[in-house]
Amino acid sequence: MIEKKISPKRTHLFDKHVELGARIVPFSGFEMPVQYQGINSEHLSVRENVGIFDVSHMGEFIFEGPESTKLLNFLVTNDINKLPVGRVLYTLICKEDGSILDDAMAYRISELKYMLVVNASNIEKDFEWVTSHNNFDCKLNNISEEMCLIALQGPNSKIVLEKLIPDKMKFLNLEPFEILEFEIEKKLVLISRTGYTGEDGYEIYCGKELVNLIWDLLLEYGKTLNITPCGLGARDTLRTEMKYSLYGNEIDESINPYEAGLGWVVKLNNSEFIGYEKLSKIRSEGVCRKLIGFEMIDRGIPRKGNKIFSNGIQIGFVTSGTMSPSLNKAIGIGYVSKEHSLLDSEFEVDIRGNYRRGNVVRTPFYVKS
Amino acid sequence: MDFPEDLKYSKEHEWVKVDGGTVIIGITAHAQDELGDVVYVEAPEVGSSVDASGTFGVVESVKAVSDLYAPVSGKVIEVNSRLEEEPELINTDPYNEAWIIKVEMTDSSELDALLTSEEYSSYVGAEGN
Repeated sequence: MIEKKISPKRTHLFDKHVELGARIVPFSGFEMPVQYQGINSEHLSVRENVGIFDVSHMGEFIFEGPESTKLLNFLVTNDINKLPVGRVLYTLICKEDGSILDDAMAYRISELKYMLVVNASNIEKDFEWVTSHNNFDCKLNNISEEMCLIALQGPNSKIVLEKLIPDKMKFLNLEPFEILEFEIEKKLVLISRTGYTGEDGYEIYCGKELVNLIWDLLLEYGKTLNITPCGLGARDTLRTEMKYSLYGNEIDESINPYEAGLGWVVKLNNSEFIGYEKLSKIRSEGVCRKLIGFEMIDRGIPRKGNKIFSNGIQIGFVTSGTMSPSLNKAIGIGYVSKEHSLLDSEFEVDIRGNYRRGNVVRTPFYVKS
Repeated sequence: MDFPEDLKYSKEHEWVKVDGGTVIIGITAHAQDELGDVVYVEAPEVGSSVDASGTFGVVESVKAVSDLYAPVSGKVIEVNSRLEEEPELINTDPYNEAWIIKVEMTDSSELDALLTSEEYSSYVGAEGN
């Protein structure tokens, strides 16, 4: 059997990254910048100033039609009926057994038109899923290849982005999780005041014909502020400090929302979604393990997959870990049995054969002062 | 990139400075560049022994862990304790301030297997290294 070699994809900003001296790595079938000048400095730039990310590898599906709301409500755990036009919400897509197929952002662009933004690693799987469950009067379009996405994140992201927007008033009044559409050269651009870093920021969606121009303009507008191009490395340390879940780490098809602390995304009053029955049951029965954040007491950096022990018995495992650039501490996220999930609980993490102590702490790890 | 001529090099990207029967060991500018920001260094205890081609510790960057391979065999006589608080020295000064261990060699002929600055430079230049 000949194995089909799938060559990695590149976003439409690939050449910009190379020009900027980025280190390129494979990620979810794409060649992406993991860093430019260095993960730590990029991370700190976002916390203190403004950083720009190419996240065009992510997936976008358009739902449009008389029953688009019904279809979306059937597929996601959050309540789409409560999503007004011009707003975004975070949601999960679950299977019948309550496990998580993906996490996503649902944009209500107009009364009957939605954009569902999904993880790059799950684009095919998710589109298969939504298509196969489409027994509604709704058209589905996978526009992932044509849609590009730039994230502008940090306290100074507003000042920089404002220069790009024609209707300044509307932009300055844009609240978190709100959508704004405008045109550049008669082509549509959609922005939302959202992000994955814990800082104020925006996500900018546009077609491939515009993305290089927008990238260049933002770098130019942000030049005097020292805007920093940031890669996936910094994106990961930023979200880890916020204890935001990453699909494939904290959440996957072996985890249910309640274990992951994402019960707030499951609206049981919206009883139409896939997994509703099982999730109602889990909610009333409770879970055996919980996702917690922890800090290391002994030296060592916890990493995904490390086992967690207490009194010689394995009680859980690490899902993400790093040396936090903002806190200068080794932090980790992981699942532990319920009894060990209380604040200050101590346990040992098996880091490459050595047992190092850590303890449960409050999250997010990083809190703005 | 800098590969000082007075040092010897291993294919695992360590540098070795020979001082009589003792060697000082660290990682090269190429290695720290590949790693990115170093955030953690784990070195062996003073008094422990190391074996040529065996691992003697790790260097961790934000994203990854890399094993350190001993270029020669011997006994660890000194460890750079500064790296505990300042692991980033590996990025800023890999050949001086960021030496990792000092080893008393048990077999100095093992030095013959190491590369010169020029040989290491070619090795790094060749693809995949």
